[in-house]
Amino acid sequence: MSLLMLITDNWYDIRDLGNVSHEILYQLDRVLPYSLVYIIAALMGFVASFLIFVLPSQLFVGVLGERKIIGRMQSRYGPNRVGKFGLLQPIADAIKLIQKEALTPKAADKAVMYIAPIVFVAPAVLLFAVVPFGGHSVFADIPVSIVYFIAISGLPVLAAFIGGWSHANKYSLFGSMRIVAMTISYEVPLVLSLLSVVLITGTMRLGGHDGIDGIVQWQRDYHIWLIFLQPLAFLIYFFCVSAELNRTPTDIAEAESEIVAGYLTEYSGMKWGLFYGMDIGYALAAAAFASTVFLGGWSMFGLDRWIPSWLIIIAKTHLFYFIFIWTRGTLPRLRIDQLMTFAWKFLLPLSLANLLVIATEKVIWNKATDGNFDNFWVYIFAAVNILLSVAAVFIWARLLGYRPEATPKRPRLVNTASGYVPIPAPSREVR
Amino acid sequence: MLHDYGQIGILVIISLIFPLGAVVTSWALRMVNVRPDVPSNPVMTDTYECGLRTEGPSLVQFNFRFYYIALLFVLFDVELVFLFPWAIIYDTMGWPGFFEGVGFIGILCLGILYAWRKGALEWR
Repeated sequence: MSLLMLITDNWYDIRDLGNVSHEILYQLDRVLPYSLVYIIAALMGFVASFLIFVLPSQLFVGVLGERKIIGRMQSRYGPNRVGKFGLLQPIADAIKLIQKEALTPKAADKAVMYIAPIVFVAPAVLLFAVVPFGGHSVFADIPVSIVYFIAISGLPVLAAFIGGWSHANKYSLFGSMRIVAMTISYEVPLVLSLLSVVLITGTMRLGGHDGIDGIVQWQRDYHIWLIFLQPLAFLIYFFCVSAELNRTPTDIAEAESEIVAGYLTEYSGMKWGLFYGMDIGYALAAAAFASTVFLGGWSMFGLDRWIPSWLIIIAKTHLFYFIFIWTRGTLPRLRIDQLMTFAWKFLLPLSLANLLVIATEKVIWNKATDGNFDNFWVYIFAAVNILLSVAAVFIWARLLGYRPEATPKRPRLVNTASGYVPIPAPSREVR
Repeated sequence: MLHDYGQIGILVIISLIFPLGAVVTSWALRMVNVRPDVPSNPVMTDTYECGLRTEGPSLVQFNFRFYYIALLFVLFDVELVFLFPWAIIYDTMGWPGFFEGVGFIGILCLGILYAWRKGALEWR
Protein backbone atom coordinates (compact mmCIF):
# COMPACT_ATOMS: atom_id res chain seq x y z
CA MET A 1 0.00 0.00 0.00
CA SER A 2 2.82 2.37 0.83
CA LEU A 3 4.37 1.55 -2.52
CA LEU A 4 1.15 2.64 -4.17
CA MET A 5 1.17 5.90 -2.21
CA LEU A 6 4.70 6.56 -3.43
CA ILE A 7 3.77 6.70 -7.12
CA THR A 8 0.24 8.08 -6.86
CA ASP A 9 -0.41 11.17 -9.00
CA ASN A 10 3.25 11.79 -9.85
CA TRP A 11 4.38 12.34 -13.40
CA TYR A 12 5.81 8.80 -13.58
CA ASP A 13 2.47 7.33 -12.56
CA ILE A 14 1.61 5.83 -15.94
CA ARG A 15 -1.61 4.22 -14.75
CA ASP A 16 -3.17 7.43 -15.98
CA LEU A 17 -1.48 9.19 -18.89
CA GLY A 18 -3.04 12.45 -17.73
CA ASN A 19 -0.37 12.71 -15.02
CA VAL A 20 2.44 12.83 -17.58
CA SER A 21 0.68 15.29 -19.87
CA HIS A 22 -0.30 17.57 -16.98
CA GLU A 23 3.31 17.64 -15.80
CA ILE A 24 4.60 18.48 -19.30
CA LEU A 25 2.02 21.26 -19.69
CA TYR A 26 2.82 22.61 -16.23
CA GLN A 27 6.51 22.82 -17.07
CA LEU A 28 5.76 24.42 -20.46
CA ASP A 29 3.46 26.95 -18.83
CA ARG A 30 6.39 28.37 -16.87
CA VAL A 31 8.34 29.30 -20.01
CA LEU A 32 5.74 29.80 -22.76
CA PRO A 33 2.68 32.09 -23.09
CA TYR A 34 -0.62 30.48 -22.19
CA SER A 35 -2.13 30.62 -25.70
CA LEU A 36 0.77 28.58 -27.06
CA VAL A 37 0.49 26.03 -24.25
CA TYR A 38 -3.21 25.75 -25.02
CA ILE A 39 -2.54 24.84 -28.64
CA ILE A 40 0.22 22.44 -27.60
CA ALA A 41 -2.24 20.76 -25.23
CA ALA A 42 -4.67 20.20 -28.10
CA LEU A 43 -1.90 18.81 -30.32
CA MET A 44 -0.74 16.50 -27.54
CA GLY A 45 -4.26 15.21 -27.09
CA PHE A 46 -4.55 14.56 -30.81
CA VAL A 47 -1.21 12.75 -30.96
CA ALA A 48 -1.99 10.68 -27.88
CA SER A 49 -5.50 9.63 -28.78
CA PHE A 50 -5.40 9.45 -32.54
CA LEU A 51 -1.87 8.83 -33.72
CA ILE A 52 -0.92 6.41 -30.93
CA PHE A 53 -4.17 4.53 -30.40
CA VAL A 54 -6.50 4.94 -33.37
CA LEU A 55 -4.22 4.92 -36.38
CA PRO A 56 -2.14 1.84 -35.42
CA SER A 57 -5.31 -0.02 -34.44
CA GLN A 58 -6.85 1.01 -37.71
CA LEU A 59 -3.91 -0.18 -39.77
CA PHE A 60 -2.94 -3.37 -37.97
CA VAL A 61 -6.20 -4.50 -36.37
CA GLY A 62 -8.63 -2.98 -38.86
CA VAL A 63 -6.96 -3.51 -42.23
CA LEU A 64 -4.75 -6.51 -41.50
CA GLY A 65 -6.22 -8.29 -38.47
CA GLU A 66 -9.77 -8.07 -39.73
CA ARG A 67 -8.88 -9.56 -43.10
CA LYS A 68 -6.83 -12.29 -41.47
CA ILE A 69 -9.58 -13.20 -38.99
CA ILE A 70 -12.27 -13.22 -41.68
CA GLY A 71 -9.94 -15.27 -43.84
CA ARG A 72 -9.58 -17.85 -41.08
CA MET A 73 -13.34 -17.89 -40.57
CA GLN A 74 -13.74 -18.71 -44.27
CA SER A 75 -10.98 -21.37 -44.26
CA ARG A 76 -8.32 -19.37 -46.09
CA TYR A 77 -5.15 -17.57 -45.04
CA GLY A 78 -5.83 -13.90 -45.60
CA PRO A 79 -3.01 -11.51 -46.51
CA ASN A 80 0.36 -13.18 -45.87
CA ARG A 81 2.65 -12.09 -48.72
CA VAL A 82 3.92 -8.59 -47.88
CA GLY A 83 6.38 -8.82 -45.03
CA LYS A 84 6.39 -11.41 -42.27
CA PHE A 85 2.80 -12.73 -41.77
CA GLY A 86 1.65 -9.94 -44.11
CA LEU A 87 2.46 -7.32 -41.49
CA LEU A 88 3.37 -4.72 -44.11
CA GLN A 89 0.07 -5.18 -45.97
CA PRO A 90 -1.53 -1.93 -44.65
CA ILE A 91 1.50 0.10 -45.78
CA ALA A 92 1.52 -1.60 -49.18
CA ASP A 93 -2.20 -0.83 -49.51
CA ALA A 94 -1.65 2.82 -48.65
CA ILE A 95 1.18 3.16 -51.19
CA LYS A 96 -0.91 1.49 -53.86
CA LEU A 97 -3.95 3.67 -53.19
CA ILE A 98 -2.06 6.95 -53.12
CA GLN A 99 -0.45 6.41 -56.53
CA LYS A 100 -3.49 4.89 -58.16
CA GLU A 101 -5.23 6.52 -61.10
CA ALA A 102 -8.11 8.60 -59.70
CA LEU A 103 -10.97 8.73 -62.17
CA THR A 104 -13.62 11.44 -62.15
CA PRO A 105 -16.64 10.79 -64.35
CA LYS A 106 -17.49 13.46 -66.92
CA ALA A 107 -21.01 13.89 -65.51
CA ALA A 108 -19.88 14.13 -61.88
CA ASP A 109 -20.06 17.19 -59.66
CA LYS A 110 -16.31 17.48 -59.11
CA ALA A 111 -16.25 19.87 -56.13
CA VAL A 112 -18.71 17.80 -54.11
CA MET A 113 -16.90 14.62 -55.10
CA TYR A 114 -13.65 15.98 -53.63
CA ILE A 115 -15.28 17.42 -50.50
CA ALA A 116 -17.14 14.22 -49.53
CA PRO A 117 -14.13 12.11 -48.37
CA ILE A 118 -12.82 15.03 -46.31
CA VAL A 119 -16.22 15.49 -44.65
CA PHE A 120 -16.27 11.74 -44.06
CA VAL A 121 -12.87 11.59 -42.32
CA ALA A 122 -13.07 14.69 -40.10
CA PRO A 123 -15.83 13.41 -37.72
CA ALA A 124 -13.89 10.18 -37.09
CA VAL A 125 -11.05 12.24 -35.63
CA LEU A 126 -13.50 14.37 -33.64
CA LEU A 127 -15.28 11.35 -32.13
CA PHE A 128 -12.24 10.31 -30.11
CA ALA A 129 -12.10 13.69 -28.38
CA VAL A 130 -14.55 12.61 -25.69
CA VAL A 131 -13.52 8.96 -25.19
CA PRO A 132 -11.82 8.76 -21.78
CA PHE A 133 -8.57 6.79 -21.64
CA GLY A 134 -8.29 7.31 -17.90
CA GLY A 135 -9.56 9.53 -15.12
CA HIS A 136 -7.57 12.55 -16.25
CA SER A 137 -6.53 11.58 -19.76
CA VAL A 138 -9.50 12.77 -21.78
CA PHE A 139 -9.02 15.15 -24.69
CA ALA A 140 -12.08 17.18 -23.70
CA ASP A 141 -14.25 15.96 -20.83
CA ILE A 142 -17.24 18.11 -21.72
CA PRO A 143 -20.47 17.69 -19.68
CA VAL A 144 -22.54 16.80 -22.78
CA SER A 145 -20.25 14.11 -24.19
CA ILE A 146 -23.08 11.75 -25.13
CA VAL A 147 -24.96 14.38 -27.14
CA TYR A 148 -21.67 15.43 -28.73
CA PHE A 149 -20.95 11.83 -29.73
CA ILE A 150 -24.43 11.29 -31.21
CA ALA A 151 -24.26 14.57 -33.11
CA ILE A 152 -20.80 13.98 -34.56
CA SER A 153 -21.49 10.36 -35.47
CA GLY A 154 -24.44 11.58 -37.56
CA LEU A 155 -22.15 13.55 -39.87
CA PRO A 156 -20.49 10.79 -41.96
CA VAL A 157 -23.82 9.76 -43.45
CA LEU A 158 -24.06 13.25 -44.91
CA ALA A 159 -20.67 12.74 -46.53
CA ALA A 160 -21.72 9.34 -47.89
CA PHE A 161 -24.89 10.91 -49.28
CA ILE A 162 -23.27 13.87 -51.05
CA GLY A 163 -20.47 11.59 -52.25
CA GLY A 164 -22.92 9.15 -53.79
CA TRP A 165 -25.11 11.87 -55.23
CA SER A 166 -22.23 13.75 -56.85
CA HIS A 167 -21.35 10.84 -59.18
CA ALA A 168 -24.53 11.16 -61.25
CA ASN A 169 -24.67 7.37 -61.30
CA LYS A 170 -27.73 5.20 -60.72
CA TYR A 171 -26.05 2.80 -58.34
CA SER A 172 -24.40 5.57 -56.35
CA LEU A 173 -27.72 7.34 -56.00
CA PHE A 174 -29.47 4.18 -54.80
CA GLY A 175 -26.63 3.47 -52.41
CA SER A 176 -26.69 6.93 -50.91
CA MET A 177 -30.49 6.90 -50.52
CA ARG A 178 -30.25 3.51 -48.83
CA ILE A 179 -27.52 4.56 -46.42
CA VAL A 180 -29.44 7.68 -45.39
CA ALA A 181 -32.67 5.73 -44.87
CA MET A 182 -30.94 3.01 -42.88
CA THR A 183 -28.89 5.37 -40.72
CA ILE A 184 -31.78 7.61 -39.75
CA SER A 185 -33.97 4.58 -39.03
CA TYR A 186 -31.45 3.13 -36.63
CA GLU A 187 -30.61 6.52 -35.13
CA VAL A 188 -33.90 6.66 -33.20
CA PRO A 189 -33.57 3.42 -31.14
CA LEU A 190 -29.86 4.17 -30.66
CA VAL A 191 -30.56 7.55 -29.10
CA LEU A 192 -33.37 6.05 -26.99
CA SER A 193 -31.08 3.35 -25.63
CA LEU A 194 -28.46 5.96 -24.72
CA LEU A 195 -31.22 8.09 -23.18
CA SER A 196 -32.01 5.30 -20.73
CA VAL A 197 -28.32 5.27 -19.75
CA VAL A 198 -28.46 9.02 -19.14
CA LEU A 199 -31.63 8.53 -17.13
CA ILE A 200 -30.14 5.97 -14.74
CA THR A 201 -26.79 7.72 -14.28
CA GLY A 202 -28.15 11.26 -14.26
CA THR A 203 -25.19 12.64 -16.22
CA MET A 204 -24.22 13.11 -19.85
CA ARG A 205 -20.47 13.24 -19.16
CA LEU A 206 -18.66 10.13 -20.38
CA GLY A 207 -15.56 10.10 -18.21
CA GLY A 208 -15.49 11.65 -14.79
CA HIS A 209 -13.12 10.81 -11.98
CA ASP A 210 -13.18 10.95 -8.19
CA GLY A 211 -15.28 13.98 -7.37
CA ILE A 212 -16.74 14.59 -10.84
CA ASP A 213 -19.82 12.72 -12.02
CA GLY A 214 -19.56 10.76 -15.22
CA ILE A 215 -20.80 7.50 -16.67
CA VAL A 216 -17.50 5.68 -16.07
CA GLN A 217 -17.28 7.11 -12.57
CA TRP A 218 -20.87 5.99 -11.89
CA GLN A 219 -19.98 2.44 -12.91
CA ARG A 220 -16.90 2.58 -10.67
CA ASP A 221 -18.92 3.85 -7.71
CA TYR A 222 -21.63 1.21 -7.91
CA HIS A 223 -19.26 -1.63 -8.90
CA ILE A 224 -21.47 -2.72 -11.79
CA TRP A 225 -21.23 -2.36 -15.54
CA LEU A 226 -24.22 -0.89 -17.31
CA ILE A 227 -24.38 -3.96 -19.58
CA PHE A 228 -25.70 -5.90 -16.55
CA LEU A 229 -28.00 -3.13 -15.40
CA GLN A 230 -29.39 -2.43 -18.88
CA PRO A 231 -28.90 -5.50 -21.09
CA LEU A 232 -31.70 -4.46 -23.44
CA ALA A 233 -30.24 -1.01 -24.00
CA PHE A 234 -26.89 -2.64 -24.75
CA LEU A 235 -28.42 -5.04 -27.27
CA ILE A 236 -30.31 -2.22 -28.99
CA TYR A 237 -27.17 -0.09 -29.07
CA PHE A 238 -25.18 -2.98 -30.52
CA PHE A 239 -27.68 -3.72 -33.31
CA CYS A 240 -28.11 -0.06 -34.17
CA VAL A 241 -24.44 0.75 -34.24
CA SER A 242 -23.55 -2.28 -36.32
CA ALA A 243 -26.25 -1.22 -38.77
CA GLU A 244 -24.96 2.34 -38.89
CA LEU A 245 -21.39 1.18 -39.45
CA ASN A 246 -22.57 -0.32 -42.70
CA ARG A 247 -20.59 -3.53 -42.35
CA THR A 248 -21.43 -6.86 -43.91
CA PRO A 249 -24.63 -8.17 -42.30
CA THR A 250 -26.21 -4.77 -42.91
CA ASP A 251 -24.23 -3.28 -45.78
CA ILE A 252 -27.19 -2.81 -48.12
CA ALA A 253 -25.78 0.61 -49.06
CA GLU A 254 -22.83 -1.01 -50.84
CA ALA A 255 -24.24 -4.45 -51.57
CA GLU A 256 -22.09 -5.58 -54.47
CA SER A 257 -24.60 -8.12 -55.74
CA GLU A 258 -27.42 -5.55 -56.01
CA ILE A 259 -25.94 -2.08 -56.60
CA VAL A 260 -22.36 -2.29 -57.77
CA ALA A 261 -20.60 -0.69 -54.81
CA GLY A 262 -23.28 1.72 -53.68
CA TYR A 263 -22.11 5.22 -52.95
CA LEU A 264 -18.50 4.21 -53.58
CA THR A 265 -19.05 3.07 -57.18
CA GLU A 266 -17.16 5.88 -58.92
CA TYR A 267 -14.56 6.52 -56.23
CA SER A 268 -11.02 5.34 -56.83
CA GLY A 269 -7.54 6.00 -55.54
CA MET A 270 -6.98 7.91 -52.33
CA LYS A 271 -10.55 9.23 -52.15
CA TRP A 272 -11.80 5.64 -51.95
CA GLY A 273 -8.99 4.88 -49.51
CA LEU A 274 -10.17 7.58 -47.13
CA PHE A 275 -13.68 6.11 -47.15
CA TYR A 276 -12.36 2.59 -46.60
CA GLY A 277 -9.92 3.55 -43.87
CA MET A 278 -12.37 5.65 -41.95
CA ASP A 279 -15.06 2.97 -41.99
CA ILE A 280 -12.67 1.15 -39.68
CA GLY A 281 -12.14 4.37 -37.72
CA TYR A 282 -15.87 4.61 -37.10
CA ALA A 283 -16.04 0.98 -36.04
CA LEU A 284 -13.24 1.63 -33.54
CA ALA A 285 -14.98 4.77 -32.27
CA ALA A 286 -18.23 2.89 -31.83
CA ALA A 287 -16.40 0.09 -30.02
CA ALA A 288 -14.61 2.55 -27.74
CA PHE A 289 -17.87 4.35 -27.01
CA ALA A 290 -19.74 1.11 -26.31
CA SER A 291 -17.03 -0.15 -23.99
CA THR A 292 -17.03 3.20 -22.20
CA VAL A 293 -20.76 3.38 -21.71
CA PHE A 294 -21.67 -0.27 -21.19
CA LEU A 295 -18.47 -2.10 -20.24
CA GLY A 296 -17.09 0.24 -17.59
CA GLY A 297 -14.65 2.16 -19.76
CA TRP A 298 -11.21 2.43 -18.20
CA SER A 299 -12.38 0.93 -14.88
CA MET A 300 -12.15 -2.78 -14.12
CA PHE A 301 -13.70 -3.55 -10.71
CA GLY A 302 -10.78 -2.07 -8.77
CA LEU A 303 -8.10 -3.61 -10.99
CA ASP A 304 -7.62 -0.15 -12.50
CA ARG A 305 -5.60 0.66 -9.39
CA TRP A 306 -2.90 -1.70 -10.70
CA ILE A 307 -3.30 -1.95 -14.48
CA PRO A 308 -2.83 1.22 -16.56
CA SER A 309 -6.28 2.52 -17.39
CA TRP A 310 -5.49 3.12 -21.07
CA LEU A 311 -4.55 -0.57 -21.48
CA ILE A 312 -7.96 -1.57 -20.09
CA ILE A 313 -9.94 0.63 -22.47
CA ILE A 314 -7.81 -0.43 -25.46
CA ALA A 315 -8.34 -4.10 -24.59
CA LYS A 316 -12.09 -3.62 -24.24
CA THR A 317 -12.27 -1.68 -27.49
CA HIS A 318 -10.50 -4.42 -29.40
CA LEU A 319 -12.63 -7.10 -27.77
CA PHE A 320 -15.72 -5.23 -28.95
CA TYR A 321 -14.21 -4.71 -32.39
CA PHE A 322 -13.67 -8.46 -32.61
CA ILE A 323 -17.43 -8.95 -32.16
CA PHE A 324 -17.98 -6.65 -35.15
CA ILE A 325 -15.54 -8.76 -37.19
CA TRP A 326 -17.24 -11.93 -35.99
CA THR A 327 -20.70 -10.81 -37.12
CA ARG A 328 -19.19 -9.68 -40.39
CA GLY A 329 -17.54 -13.03 -40.97
CA THR A 330 -20.48 -15.25 -40.11
CA LEU A 331 -23.80 -13.59 -40.98
CA PRO A 332 -25.25 -13.26 -44.48
CA ARG A 333 -26.48 -9.89 -45.76
CA LEU A 334 -30.03 -8.84 -44.86
CA ARG A 335 -32.57 -7.36 -47.25
CA ILE A 336 -33.51 -3.69 -47.00
CA ASP A 337 -37.13 -4.41 -46.02
CA GLN A 338 -35.94 -6.74 -43.25
CA LEU A 339 -33.61 -4.07 -41.92
CA MET A 340 -36.22 -1.30 -41.97
CA THR A 341 -38.84 -3.51 -40.34
CA PHE A 342 -36.36 -4.56 -37.68
CA ALA A 343 -35.59 -0.95 -36.80
CA TRP A 344 -39.10 0.47 -36.74
CA LYS A 345 -41.16 -2.49 -35.56
CA PHE A 346 -38.80 -4.37 -33.28
CA LEU A 347 -36.11 -2.09 -31.88
CA LEU A 348 -38.11 1.12 -31.51
CA PRO A 349 -41.00 -0.26 -29.38
CA LEU A 350 -38.54 -2.25 -27.28
CA SER A 351 -36.39 0.81 -26.63
CA LEU A 352 -39.45 2.87 -25.66
CA ALA A 353 -40.52 0.12 -23.25
CA ASN A 354 -36.98 -0.06 -21.88
CA LEU A 355 -37.02 3.69 -21.26
CA LEU A 356 -40.29 3.45 -19.31
CA VAL A 357 -39.01 0.55 -17.19
CA ILE A 358 -35.82 2.45 -16.36
CA ALA A 359 -37.81 5.59 -15.51
CA THR A 360 -40.02 3.62 -13.11
CA GLU A 361 -37.03 1.98 -11.48
CA LYS A 362 -35.27 5.29 -11.08
CA VAL A 363 -38.22 6.81 -9.18
CA ILE A 364 -38.51 3.74 -6.94
CA TRP A 365 -34.79 3.87 -6.32
CA ASN A 366 -34.86 7.56 -5.43
CA LYS A 367 -37.80 7.03 -3.05
CA ALA A 368 -36.23 3.98 -1.41
CA THR A 369 -32.72 5.31 -0.86
CA ASP A 370 -33.75 8.93 -0.30
CA GLY A 371 -30.74 10.20 -2.21
CA ASN A 372 -28.19 8.17 -0.23
CA PHE A 373 -25.60 5.90 -1.78
CA ASP A 374 -26.99 2.36 -1.87
CA ASN A 375 -25.68 -0.58 -3.86
CA PHE A 376 -28.42 -3.01 -2.94
CA TRP A 377 -31.14 -1.62 -5.23
CA VAL A 378 -28.80 -1.51 -8.20
CA TYR A 379 -28.23 -5.26 -7.99
CA ILE A 380 -31.98 -5.89 -7.57
CA PHE A 381 -32.67 -3.82 -10.68
CA ALA A 382 -29.93 -5.62 -12.60
CA ALA A 383 -31.56 -9.00 -11.89
CA VAL A 384 -35.03 -7.66 -12.74
CA ASN A 385 -33.82 -6.03 -15.95
CA ILE A 386 -32.04 -9.13 -17.23
CA LEU A 387 -35.22 -11.20 -16.78
CA LEU A 388 -37.42 -8.47 -18.26
CA SER A 389 -35.13 -8.04 -21.26
CA VAL A 390 -35.15 -11.73 -22.16
CA ALA A 391 -38.94 -11.86 -21.72
CA ALA A 392 -39.51 -8.69 -23.72
CA VAL A 393 -37.37 -9.82 -26.64
CA PHE A 394 -39.07 -13.22 -26.87
CA ILE A 395 -42.63 -11.96 -26.36
CA TRP A 396 -42.31 -9.08 -28.81
CA ALA A 397 -40.69 -11.31 -31.44
CA ARG A 398 -43.56 -13.79 -31.04
CA LEU A 399 -46.18 -11.04 -31.30
CA LEU A 400 -44.59 -9.84 -34.52
CA GLY A 401 -44.96 -13.35 -35.92
CA TYR A 402 -41.54 -14.95 -35.48
CA ARG A 403 -41.80 -18.66 -34.76
CA PRO A 404 -38.47 -20.22 -33.74
CA GLU A 405 -39.80 -23.76 -34.18
CA ALA A 406 -40.84 -22.97 -37.78
CA THR A 407 -37.34 -22.01 -38.90
CA PRO A 408 -35.25 -24.81 -40.38
CA LYS A 409 -32.63 -26.38 -38.19
CA ARG A 410 -29.01 -26.18 -39.21
CA PRO A 411 -27.95 -29.40 -40.95
CA ARG A 412 -25.35 -31.42 -39.09
CA LEU A 413 -22.10 -31.89 -40.97
CA VAL A 414 -19.82 -34.92 -41.04
CA ASN A 415 -16.25 -35.08 -42.30
CA THR A 416 -15.75 -37.70 -45.02
CA ALA A 417 -13.01 -38.38 -47.53
CA SER A 418 -14.75 -36.24 -50.15
CA GLY A 419 -15.24 -33.25 -47.87
CA TYR A 420 -18.11 -32.12 -45.69
CA VAL A 421 -21.55 -33.57 -46.46
CA PRO A 422 -24.75 -33.02 -44.49
CA ILE A 423 -26.16 -36.09 -42.83
CA PRO A 424 -29.94 -36.42 -42.50
CA ALA A 425 -31.43 -35.54 -39.15
CA PRO A 426 -32.48 -38.46 -36.87
CA SER A 427 -35.91 -39.84 -37.67
CA ARG A 428 -37.55 -38.62 -34.46
CA GLU A 429 -36.99 -35.00 -35.57
CA VAL A 430 -38.69 -35.54 -38.93
CA ARG A 431 -42.27 -34.34 -38.83
CA MET B 1 -15.54 24.20 -19.52
CA LEU B 2 -15.07 26.65 -22.41
CA HIS B 3 -11.44 25.57 -22.24
CA ASP B 4 -12.50 22.10 -23.44
CA TYR B 5 -14.69 23.38 -26.27
CA GLY B 6 -11.84 25.53 -27.53
CA GLN B 7 -9.63 22.47 -27.73
CA ILE B 8 -12.32 20.69 -29.73
CA GLY B 9 -12.25 23.71 -32.06
CA ILE B 10 -8.52 23.21 -32.59
CA LEU B 11 -9.19 19.52 -33.20
CA VAL B 12 -11.69 20.45 -35.95
CA ILE B 13 -8.88 22.22 -37.81
CA ILE B 14 -6.52 19.25 -37.32
CA SER B 15 -9.19 16.81 -38.47
CA LEU B 16 -9.65 18.77 -41.69
CA ILE B 17 -5.90 18.99 -42.35
CA PHE B 18 -5.53 15.23 -41.89
CA PRO B 19 -7.61 14.04 -44.91
CA LEU B 20 -6.58 17.08 -46.98
CA GLY B 21 -2.98 15.90 -46.54
CA ALA B 22 -3.81 12.52 -48.05
CA VAL B 23 -5.66 14.02 -51.02
CA VAL B 24 -2.96 16.65 -51.61
CA THR B 25 -0.20 14.00 -51.49
CA SER B 26 -2.07 12.01 -54.10
CA TRP B 27 -2.42 15.18 -56.22
CA ALA B 28 1.29 15.97 -55.81
CA LEU B 29 2.18 12.47 -57.03
CA ARG B 30 0.26 13.25 -60.21
CA MET B 31 2.29 16.44 -60.66
CA VAL B 32 5.58 14.53 -60.55
CA ASN B 33 4.20 11.90 -62.95
CA VAL B 34 4.17 9.01 -60.49
CA ARG B 35 0.43 8.78 -60.89
CA PRO B 36 -1.15 8.81 -64.39
CA ASP B 37 -2.49 12.25 -65.31
CA VAL B 38 -5.19 11.80 -67.94
CA PRO B 39 -7.16 8.54 -68.19
CA SER B 40 -5.58 6.33 -70.82
CA ASN B 41 -8.98 5.61 -72.39
CA PRO B 42 -11.77 8.23 -72.73
CA VAL B 43 -14.39 5.54 -72.00
CA MET B 44 -13.03 5.36 -68.46
CA THR B 45 -14.55 8.71 -67.54
CA ASP B 46 -18.05 7.64 -68.59
CA THR B 47 -20.61 7.00 -65.89
CA TYR B 48 -20.25 3.37 -64.82
CA GLU B 49 -23.07 1.07 -65.82
CA CYS B 50 -21.93 -2.53 -65.54
CA GLY B 51 -19.59 -2.31 -68.51
CA LEU B 52 -22.22 -1.25 -71.03
CA ARG B 53 -22.50 2.19 -72.63
CA THR B 54 -24.48 4.57 -70.39
CA GLU B 55 -28.05 5.01 -71.59
CA GLY B 56 -30.39 7.84 -70.63
CA PRO B 57 -30.24 10.08 -67.57
CA SER B 58 -28.37 8.73 -64.58
CA LEU B 59 -30.12 10.63 -61.79
CA VAL B 60 -33.18 8.39 -61.96
CA GLN B 61 -36.32 8.15 -59.85
CA PHE B 62 -36.18 6.15 -56.66
CA ASN B 63 -38.54 4.61 -54.14
CA PHE B 64 -40.95 7.04 -52.50
CA ARG B 65 -40.64 5.14 -49.17
CA PHE B 66 -37.44 7.00 -48.38
CA TYR B 67 -39.49 10.16 -47.76
CA TYR B 68 -41.77 8.38 -45.28
CA ILE B 69 -38.72 7.25 -43.36
CA ALA B 70 -37.27 10.75 -43.36
CA LEU B 71 -40.55 12.26 -42.09
CA LEU B 72 -40.80 9.68 -39.29
CA PHE B 73 -37.20 10.37 -38.36
CA VAL B 74 -37.84 14.10 -38.06
CA LEU B 75 -40.87 13.39 -35.85
CA PHE B 76 -38.87 11.22 -33.47
CA ASP B 77 -35.60 13.10 -33.45
CA VAL B 78 -37.18 16.40 -32.44
CA GLU B 79 -38.88 14.65 -29.54
CA LEU B 80 -35.66 12.94 -28.49
CA VAL B 81 -33.90 16.29 -28.22
CA PHE B 82 -36.49 17.33 -25.63
CA LEU B 83 -36.11 14.08 -23.69
CA PHE B 84 -32.44 14.63 -22.81
CA PRO B 85 -33.03 17.60 -20.47
CA TRP B 86 -35.88 15.62 -18.91
CA ALA B 87 -33.50 12.74 -18.21
CA ILE B 88 -30.96 15.07 -16.59
CA ILE B 89 -33.34 16.72 -14.09
CA TYR B 90 -35.34 13.53 -13.58
CA ASP B 91 -33.92 12.91 -10.07
CA THR B 92 -35.48 16.07 -8.70
CA MET B 93 -38.99 15.44 -10.03
CA GLY B 94 -40.23 12.15 -8.55
CA TRP B 95 -43.54 10.64 -9.71
CA PRO B 96 -44.88 13.85 -11.36
CA GLY B 97 -41.83 13.90 -13.58
CA PHE B 98 -42.39 10.25 -14.43
CA PHE B 99 -45.97 10.87 -15.56
CA GLU B 100 -44.97 13.92 -17.57
CA GLY B 101 -42.41 11.76 -19.34
CA VAL B 102 -44.97 9.00 -19.90
CA GLY B 103 -47.35 11.50 -21.47
CA PHE B 104 -44.65 12.80 -23.76
CA ILE B 105 -43.54 9.32 -24.82
CA GLY B 106 -47.21 8.37 -25.18
CA ILE B 107 -47.61 11.00 -27.89
CA LEU B 108 -44.53 9.50 -29.52
CA CYS B 109 -46.16 6.05 -29.36
CA LEU B 110 -49.39 7.38 -30.87
CA GLY B 111 -47.34 8.74 -33.76
CA ILE B 112 -45.69 5.43 -34.49
CA LEU B 113 -49.00 3.53 -34.07
CA TYR B 114 -50.64 5.84 -36.62
CA ALA B 115 -47.76 5.37 -39.04
CA TRP B 116 -47.93 1.59 -38.49
CA ARG B 117 -51.69 1.43 -39.16
CA LYS B 118 -51.29 3.59 -42.26
CA GLY B 119 -48.66 1.18 -43.56
CA ALA B 120 -45.82 3.68 -43.62
CA LEU B 121 -43.50 1.13 -42.02
CA GLU B 122 -44.04 -1.53 -44.69
CA TRP B 123 -41.30 -1.64 -47.29
CA ARG B 124 -42.85 -2.81 -50.53
